[in-house]
Amino acid sequence: MEGQPTLAVDLRDVMIRFGDFTAVKSMNLQVGEAEFVAVVGPTGCGKSTILNTVTGLLKPAAGEVSVFGKPLTGLNDQSGYMLQQEGLLPWKTAQDNVGLGLVFQGKSVEEARAQARPWLAKVGLKGFEERYPHQLSGGQRKRVAMAQTLIMEPRIVLMDEPFSALDVHTRRLMHRILLDLWQAERRSLIFITHDLDEAITLADRVVVMSAGPGSRMVGDVPITLPRPRDVSALQTTDEFVALYRQIWSLLGAEVEKSYAAQG
Amino acid sequence: MPRRGKVVLVQVAIVLSLLLVWESGVRAGLIDPFFFPAPSTLVARIGEWMSTADFWTDVGVTLLETILSFVAGIAIGTTLGIWLGLNPFAAEVVQPFIKMFNAIPRILLGPIFVIWFGLGLTSKVALGVTLVLFVAFFNTFQGVREVNPVVLANARLLRASKWSLLRHVYLPSATTWILSSLRVSVGMAVMGAVVAEYLGSSAGLGHLIAQAEGVLDAAGVFAGIIVLSAFVVALDAVVDRAEKRLLVWRPAPAHEV
Repeated sequence: MEGQPTLAVDLRDVMIRFGDFTAVKSMNLQVGEAEFVAVVGPTGCGKSTILNTVTGLLKPAAGEVSVFGKPLTGLNDQSGYMLQQEGLLPWKTAQDNVGLGLVFQGKSVEEARAQARPWLAKVGLKGFEERYPHQLSGGQRKRVAMAQTLIMEPRIVLMDEPFSALDVHTRRLMHRILLDLWQAERRSLIFITHDLDEAITLADRVVVMSAGPGSRMVGDVPITLPRPRDVSALQTTDEFVALYRQIWSLLGAEVEKSYAAQG
Repeated sequence: MPRRGKVVLVQVAIVLSLLLVWESGVRAGLIDPFFFPAPSTLVARIGEWMSTADFWTDVGVTLLETILSFVAGIAIGTTLGIWLGLNPFAAEVVQPFIKMFNAIPRILLGPIFVIWFGLGLTSKVALGVTLVLFVAFFNTFQGVREVNPVVLANARLLRASKWSLLRHVYLPSATTWILSSLRVSVGMAVMGAVVAEYLGSSAGLGHLIAQAEGVLDAAGVFAGIIVLSAFVVALDAVVDRAEKRLLVWRPAPAHEV
């Protein structure tokens, strides 16, 4: 489409198969530059598969993947990926973990530390530079992981249920930090979650996927809530509740289906 | 009194009473000093040794052999462990051979090493290396294989090169395994050195014991064993220090004994 701004991520009719198993049947996902998209869906619908495709770890069996207008070949060098599980190196301090990607790029440890310190401050961990992961709480480790991903300044940030293991209060704190960071420096962000509250609170758009296997997109709802958003007050507003109902009408049926398939 | 103090007190009491029974048994004629020389005799013997230059040469020789076989064994074993840990194909090919070599009672290689390398330092180090190597190898191999897959995936997503992965992920992960086996390795290195000396040499603590044995001097053998134990305990303390230094990042154990 001419005249339109280039999309950061463009998945067209993407099919992902593992042998005979079709994980994703036909996925269309367009993410604009600096757009925050949340993907929700029942367990096992292949949400993580989509991120792995955008990263270039998985090759689609059919369809096209483009990143900033160019077809993706090999690994995506524009993306940063924050995993669901703990991926910090236990033998490195918080600041060395944050600077890890820079060291991998060939920067000196001193240089990496100098850059890592302000990032730790940004995620509210000033004073924790010399702590080892086991000396940090679950939420603090997540913040280190977030800084570790964002310090590389990827144009596309991919997050796979990053806060699912945290308690409600810590999760809300993480939402606030993430939104502040994103507000300050907008990047394209694909956020996978099974928590609809979380999706609506954070995103510009919520994409709903059908139950797997062979899942596809069943809904694409723009979130019109104004920004900047107040994470703690947002969820009781009428607008929020209306959006929740609208998306749940799509998602709820799929969740039922996935239960039926498991049962 | 704190728990730690009590423990030490009881330990000292046990040792002292044992020595007391032994000593008085010998003096009362109940224990034959030919087979079990009195503790006082052993202390006197060790004191006598310590005033001679030859004894210190022996200690120095054994120490040198131990350190050389320890360092060489760890270096070879670690390299082999990393290589095979990262190459499943090579690991599968080599595995039966490694098992075979490991099954050989290594002590029996001593005489062969003496034939190959002579009575000097080399044959002692060779035996020590064959003992240390396998401990280091198996632990490194395990360490490399059991790297947390999430940590590995995360490092790869941060675009770590092969070399970076080795340096920042595989090696530190294997280090914990290697360190936990260091104590065993040190014991192995000492054993290799002393046994090889015992089998044939002109210096070292093993040689000292072999000489005493040759003239049926039980006091000499016992004294030698005591000196060797002290030797191992001292090395163990050094290893302990190194381990604490290198594993600062590890959570403290839940129950400190």
